[in-house]
Amino acid sequence: MATKSILKSESSANHVCRRVIVVGGGLAGLTTVIKLCEAGVPVDLFSLVPVKRSHSVCAQGGINASVNTKGEGDSPQVHLEETVYGGDFLANQPPVKGMADAAPGIVFMLDRMGVPFNRTPEGLLDFRRFGGTLFHRTAFAGATTGQQLLYALDEQVRRFETIDVEDERGVVVRGEKMVRKFEWYDFLSLVLDEQGVARGIVAQDVKTMEIEAFVADAVCLATGGPGIVFGRSTNSVINTGTAASAAYQQGACYANGEFIQVHPTAIPGADKLRLISESARGEGGRVWVPRDPKEKRRGRDVPEKDREYFLEEKYPGYGNLVPRDIASRELFLKCFHEKRGIYNSGSKRNENEVYLDLTHLPREMLEKKLSGILEIYEKFVGEDPYDNPMRVFPAVHYSMGGLWVDFERSSSGSLVTGSPRNQATNIEGLYAAGECDYQYHGANRLGANSLLSCIYGGMVTGPAIATYRKNLAKSSFDFPDALFEKARKREQERYGRILKMDGPENPYRLHEELGEMMLRDVTIERHNATLDTVIAKIDELEDRAHRAGVTDTSGHANQGAPFIRHLFNMIVLARVMAVGARRRDESRGAHFKPAFRDRNDAEWLKTTLAFHRGGVNGQNHGIEYVTSIDYSINGKALHATGQVDTSLVKPRARKYETAGAAAATATATAATKAEKPEEASR
Amino acid sequence: MSQKSEKKFRLRILRQNGPERKDTKRWEEFQITWRPQMNIISALMEIRKDPVTTEGKSVTPIVWESVCLEEVCGSCTMVVNGRVRQACTALVDALSPNGETITLEPMTKFPLVRDLLVDRSRMFNDLKRVKAWVLLDGTHELGPGPRQSQETQEEAYPLSRCMTCGCCLEACPQVNDSRQHPHAAAINQVRLFNLHPSGKMHAAERIEALMGPDGVGGCGKAQNCVEVCPKEIPLVDSIAVVSRQATKHMLFRWLLK
Repeated sequence: MATKSILKSESSANHVCRRVIVVGGGLAGLTTVIKLCEAGVPVDLFSLVPVKRSHSVCAQGGINASVNTKGEGDSPQVHLEETVYGGDFLANQPPVKGMADAAPGIVFMLDRMGVPFNRTPEGLLDFRRFGGTLFHRTAFAGATTGQQLLYALDEQVRRFETIDVEDERGVVVRGEKMVRKFEWYDFLSLVLDEQGVARGIVAQDVKTMEIEAFVADAVCLATGGPGIVFGRSTNSVINTGTAASAAYQQGACYANGEFIQVHPTAIPGADKLRLISESARGEGGRVWVPRDPKEKRRGRDVPEKDREYFLEEKYPGYGNLVPRDIASRELFLKCFHEKRGIYNSGSKRNENEVYLDLTHLPREMLEKKLSGILEIYEKFVGEDPYDNPMRVFPAVHYSMGGLWVDFERSSSGSLVTGSPRNQATNIEGLYAAGECDYQYHGANRLGANSLLSCIYGGMVTGPAIATYRKNLAKSSFDFPDALFEKARKREQERYGRILKMDGPENPYRLHEELGEMMLRDVTIERHNATLDTVIAKIDELEDRAHRAGVTDTSGHANQGAPFIRHLFNMIVLARVMAVGARRRDESRGAHFKPAFRDRNDAEWLKTTLAFHRGGVNGQNHGIEYVTSIDYSINGKALHATGQVDTSLVKPRARKYETAGAAAATATATAATKAEKPEEASR
Repeated sequence: MSQKSEKKFRLRILRQNGPERKDTKRWEEFQITWRPQMNIISALMEIRKDPVTTEGKSVTPIVWESVCLEEVCGSCTMVVNGRVRQACTALVDALSPNGETITLEPMTKFPLVRDLLVDRSRMFNDLKRVKAWVLLDGTHELGPGPRQSQETQEEAYPLSRCMTCGCCLEACPQVNDSRQHPHAAAINQVRLFNLHPSGKMHAAERIEALMGPDGVGGCGKAQNCVEVCPKEIPLVDSIAVVSRQATKHMLFRWLLK
C-alpha cells in the first residue's frame, strides 16, 4: 500500500490536508472518525489518554439491539417505545427511533469487526435481559462488553492511521494518513471566528505542557460524561466534563443538566465506586435485604424466609429489572429511610448496602457470562461472589444531560441521513456525540442503551460533518494564522495565571468538598431548600478556587496545574446541574423531588436549555435559561425549541408494577410469548 | 477486623523529574492514614491533598497514570514491591497488613516521562505493525457476521481482554532497549485475529510481520509474561500457536517457490 504511485507530487507538496477534529477516543469519537474516513474526510483525533484507555472500556453488560434471536416478538418499534417510556418521555423521539432501527445493523457491524460476542449453540449472537424490558435484547461479550467494543473500533481507527489520504481526484497526498492521533492532549477551548463559527481547537500536550492551536473545518466533541463532579462515582478519573464545560462557557447550550443517573449496584470504595453491571440481574441476580434490621448473620446464612426481595415484591412486572432510577430510589429508601442495610461485623453497625445475590445460579453460566464483574468484586472486596451475596449500594453513573444537539426529522419519523443538523450544537461547526450530548435517553437511560447511543451518535455525526464540510463557504484553512494565534495566546495566558496561583486552598480538597456535597444533595432525592444551600456553596467553592495554590509549577508532565482548570470547569457544570434541579419542580425519571412527587407534563415536558453567562473578570459564572435556540449551519438560519418531539409514542404514566407496561405495541406479547405481526416501520 | 482509625502506613516512591533528569532520581517517603478498602491509587490521591514527605519536606504531588481504577483500562501499571502489576488492584491491606512500607517504581522497559509515568506508545505501534484488526469492507449494513461456535468465542474472548498494560514486556528478559523483540501482547493479538473467520483471511500478513531475526522465534521461553499478566491471558500458548503458524507459513511459502 505504501508503494502506491504518487502522481503529481509537485502539486501535493502544496496541498493542504483539510482535516476535521474529533476530540475524545471512546465509542462515540472512534465511530465518528471511522464514518468520516469512509466519507473520505481526514481526521485529527485528540484524546486526553491513549484512546484504548477511554472510559467506554468500563461498560460491562452489553449493547441493545432488537434482533429477536429468542423469538419473543421483539422489534425496533418495541425498543423505541421502551426507551422513551424508560426515559419518562423527555427524549425527542425521532433520534430514538433512528437509534432503535439502526441497532441490529450496528451489532452486526461490531460482530464483523471481531467483537467476541457470546454465542448461542447455533453460533448466532446471544442476547440477555436488561432493565426496563422483558425481552432478551442485549448482546454481550462476557461482562466486559464496553472494553471489547472499544477495542474493535480502536483497531479500525488504527487501520486508518496506516491508510493514505487521497485528494478529490484519487491522488495520494504524500505523507498524509487518514487519521492522525494526538494522544495525551487536553482540550482547552474552541477557536471561534468573528461569526462565532468553530474553526479549530486549542489543546495542551500534557507531557510537554505546550499549548497549541489546531485548524479544523469542523470539530466534534465526544468527550464523555461529567461523573467526577460527584467526586467518587462509577466513572473513570478522566471524566471531569471539562471539554463540554469549556464549550458551554464559549456559548454552546447545555441541555437537561439536572438529569444524572444513579446506578443501583456498585461496590463502595475509597477512590471509586465500582460498578456491578445490571447484567448480574439480567442473568437472574436478585436484590434483597434481611427482613430483620437487627439481622447479624452473614448473607449466605440468612434463610430464604428471612429475606425481603423488595424489588420483586413491589414491582412484580419487572422485578429486579426495573429501570435504574426506580431501583436506586428503592435501595435508598431501604437504607436511608428504613435504616435497613446490612450489618457489618467490622464497624458493628448496619452499613448502607443491600445484597445482590447470584449464589443460586449455576457457576458455569456465571463464569461464561459474568466473570468480568465477578472478578472485580473478588479483587476489590476479597470475597467470593459465587458463594456470597455481593454487598452493593447506588453510585453516580451517567449523565443524561449534556451539550444540546439538533436533529432533522424525516417523513417516517426518524432522522434524515446525512443532514448537517444531526448532532450539531448551536455553535456552527461544533458537533457532539456520546455521553457528552443529551439526545437519546430523556430523563433516565435504560441499561445497555449507552453503548448503542454512543455508536449510533457517531454513525450520525460522521455523515453530518461530511455534509457540513462540503457546503462550507470558506474553509478554516483559508483563515489567517492570526485567528488561531490569538486563541492560543489567550489559553497560554490563562495557563500562565494558573501557574502563578499561590493561595492557601488545595484544589484536590476543594474537589473533594464539591464532590461530597453533590453526591449527598444532588442525586437520588432532591429538596429545594437543600439545593439553595448547594447553589450558595458552589458560589463559595468558586470563590475559594480562585484562592487555590497550584501544587506543581513544573514545565513537564505537570498534573497539578491542569487540575485547577478542570476544577473550575467542574464547578461550572455543578452549577448547571444544581440550578437545573432547583428549577424543575416535578419528578421525572432520575430527577426526584419528594415535595413534587408527580410528573408534570403541562409545565415540564420540555428540555432544559442552559446558556452560560458571566464568568469574566473574576465575576462568578451565571446561567440563563431559554425556551428556544436560534443558530445557523452553512449560513442557513435555524430555529429549535425546548419542546419535546413526542410524535411517535404518546406520553403516559410509567408503571413498572405491570408486566409489559413499557411497550404499548408489545403489551402482553412478551409475558405470554404470543406472536404479534411485525409492526416495525421500515 | 476492627482497625484503629489512626492506623498509618508508608509509601516509598522512586521519583524522577523527567527523562533527561537522571540527576533528580530519588526516593521519597510519605506517611498515609489508613482507610478501609484503600488501594495504591487512593493512597497516591491522599498524598496530593497534602504532598509532604515523612521528613517534613513539601514536594510536588506524584505523577502517575490511571483511568478506570478497576483493572480494565491498563493505565496504572507500575512496579509495586518489586512486582509489575496494576496499582488499582494493589490493595493496601494485602500489601501492608501491619503497616509495612510499600515501594512504588515506574516500569523500566519503557521511556520514563516523570515519576511513575512512562511512555508505552511502542505497544500501540506494534499493533499497527502486526495489523491487529479485521480488514473490514465498511461499516454500512452488510448483514450478520460469520457464525461462530461457542468454543471459538470461548477461545477468543480471553485473548481479547488484553489491555495493553505492558506487564508482559516489563517481565520479559528478551525485551530491552536495543532489541525490538515483538512482545507477548502483540503476538497474542496475532493469534486472536488469525482465529476470527474473516480475520484469518489475512493471517499471512500478520505472520510475516512476526518473522525474521527479531520475530516470534526470539522468545526465550522464560514464561514470565504469563506469570504477571493481570488478565491471566494464556500468553505462552499464544506464542506457541503463532510460532507454529510461522513455521507452517515458512514451509508453505518455501514449497510454493
